[in-house]
Amino acid sequence: MTALRTINLRKTIITVLMLGMSILFLMPFIWMLSTSFKIEAEVFVYPIQWLPTQWNIINNYKEVWVGQFPFYIYYWNTVKVTVLTTLISAGVSALAAYGFSKIQFKASGYLFLIVLATYMIPQQAILVPQFILYRFIGLFDSHTGLILLSCFSVLGTFMLRQFFMGIHTEFIESAKIDGAGHARIFWQIAFPLVRPAIATYAILRFIWTWNDYQNPLIFLRTDGLYTIQLAMQKFTTINGEFYSLMMAAAVSAILPLLIVFIIGQKSVIEGIALGGVKG
Amino acid sequence: MQTQPPAPAPTVRPKRKTSTLQRKETLSGFLFIGPMLIGVTVLTLIPILATFFLSLADWNFVAGLKDIKWVGLDNFNRLFQDEAFLKSLRNNALFLLAVPIYLAISMLLAILIDKHVYMKSYFKVAYFMPYISSIVAVAIVWQVLFHPSAGPVNQVLMSLGWDDPPKWIADPQYALVSLMMISIWISIGFNMIVYIAGLQSIPRDLYEAAEIDGAGTWAKFKSITFPQLSSTTFFLLITGIISTFKVFDLIAVLTKGGPLNSTSMIVWHLYDTAFVNLRIGYASSMAVVLFFCVLFITLLQWIGQKKWVNY
Repeated sequence: MTALRTINLRKTIITVLMLGMSILFLMPFIWMLSTSFKIEAEVFVYPIQWLPTQWNIINNYKEVWVGQFPFYIYYWNTVKVTVLTTLISAGVSALAAYGFSKIQFKASGYLFLIVLATYMIPQQAILVPQFILYRFIGLFDSHTGLILLSCFSVLGTFMLRQFFMGIHTEFIESAKIDGAGHARIFWQIAFPLVRPAIATYAILRFIWTWNDYQNPLIFLRTDGLYTIQLAMQKFTTINGEFYSLMMAAAVSAILPLLIVFIIGQKSVIEGIALGGVKG
Repeated sequence: MQTQPPAPAPTVRPKRKTSTLQRKETLSGFLFIGPMLIGVTVLTLIPILATFFLSLADWNFVAGLKDIKWVGLDNFNRLFQDEAFLKSLRNNALFLLAVPIYLAISMLLAILIDKHVYMKSYFKVAYFMPYISSIVAVAIVWQVLFHPSAGPVNQVLMSLGWDDPPKWIADPQYALVSLMMISIWISIGFNMIVYIAGLQSIPRDLYEAAEIDGAGTWAKFKSITFPQLSSTTFFLLITGIISTFKVFDLIAVLTKGGPLNSTSMIVWHLYDTAFVNLRIGYASSMAVVLFFCVLFITLLQWIGQKKWVNY
């Protein structure tokens, strides 16, 4: 009994210490949220006022959303780019993963090696040629171009291939004997079986695309096409002295992801743990 | 003998039929992997070849294709005498120090969360928040928190009696360290989650056996947990090093390489050269250096992994 109680006491103490430590991770977010509610004059009041004395929520968020740099446009752009990228990328990866794992043909092994090898090429090493290529074929400064850049994910193919390989070959052989082609087998048998894995990959891709800053920065030029990350940075440059507005913009940018994360929390954490993957 | 594992039901088919079937398989195979192959070829393989070609040229993009000049290895010669580039390389090397620091913290947190606390899922989410949030948003928040005179960080430090706290990202001496601190703060969540997965795959009976032998917490950590996590640690170390070579967003939002180039790193320098100064050839030679850095580390990983498979 005493042993049990001491262990629990130790667990409690560690939990309390960890709670203290976790504040370090959450505080910047809380500060961001609270600042976005304040009037500008109160932003830097010290000691920090976690609850504003004068609430200015509506004005701050109105300025961010429909002001001079209207966030609703950038939101729409980001939603469009992110959703399309996620869907196409998951589709292309699932097809390729099936092809590499469930269809036996000669070149398959070599082709997979080639595709896999491209994974170690850092994207920054090919930015310049990609940029030149896009200028040539007219994809520069367009959402189509931006979407295409992240549609061919080696990582997604690799991840999903592992799952397709887990499907018993007998399933597929017997479907073949019944006269089903690969298209039907993929759609009616294999796809439903790996749907959870595809969902995990899709959530990760969603997060990465939503947060992507580098590609929009290089491949978009027109203001009206900006995604939210890019818009937030421009917004900061212009409203450099209005910290409450900057924080309202940051809150707006993070919030949708937070919701996706909380809904898909298990998938995200499992996906990360599973592949040890990093955007 | 190099034979394929026997198929579950070896069916004997007439030869001609097999080959039509095989042709059909090949065709559908290519249809399935086609989109991926085309995408990878056009957007990755051709560009990386182009990077190598362009690194041998002196070219300003605006001048058009006619004005391209082939200069052989000149770019590389210049690169390794370019003080600004060497500075970026050095900063990159320094930044690598952040990796073991966040690995150690992540491992500690993972062990604590895995076995020694209540409210596990709260902690997982809390520490993971920075990883989910966009780097731009996070960078902007830290920029304000680190504000030299009015920022909360320095306010706290001053009220604790430090009269002259560092100016953080505005101070050439502290800027890189500040970026490293933010980077550590962001990376912990990801690494911790992978460590927790690693911990859960350690067989329990190892600990039970150790407990019977009377091993304490430290002994168990030293002779079970740490060695059993070695492959995870190795993997995270490699991923961490590679991601250090790709750091861009933080610099682009927070410091733009300044003050006085104190936070310029390879990718930032590459971006600046290519897209601000439009020196395509010179930037491509940096891309080649970046490529070989990452390639070298990836090869290390392959060699290391082979050694680790049989512990």
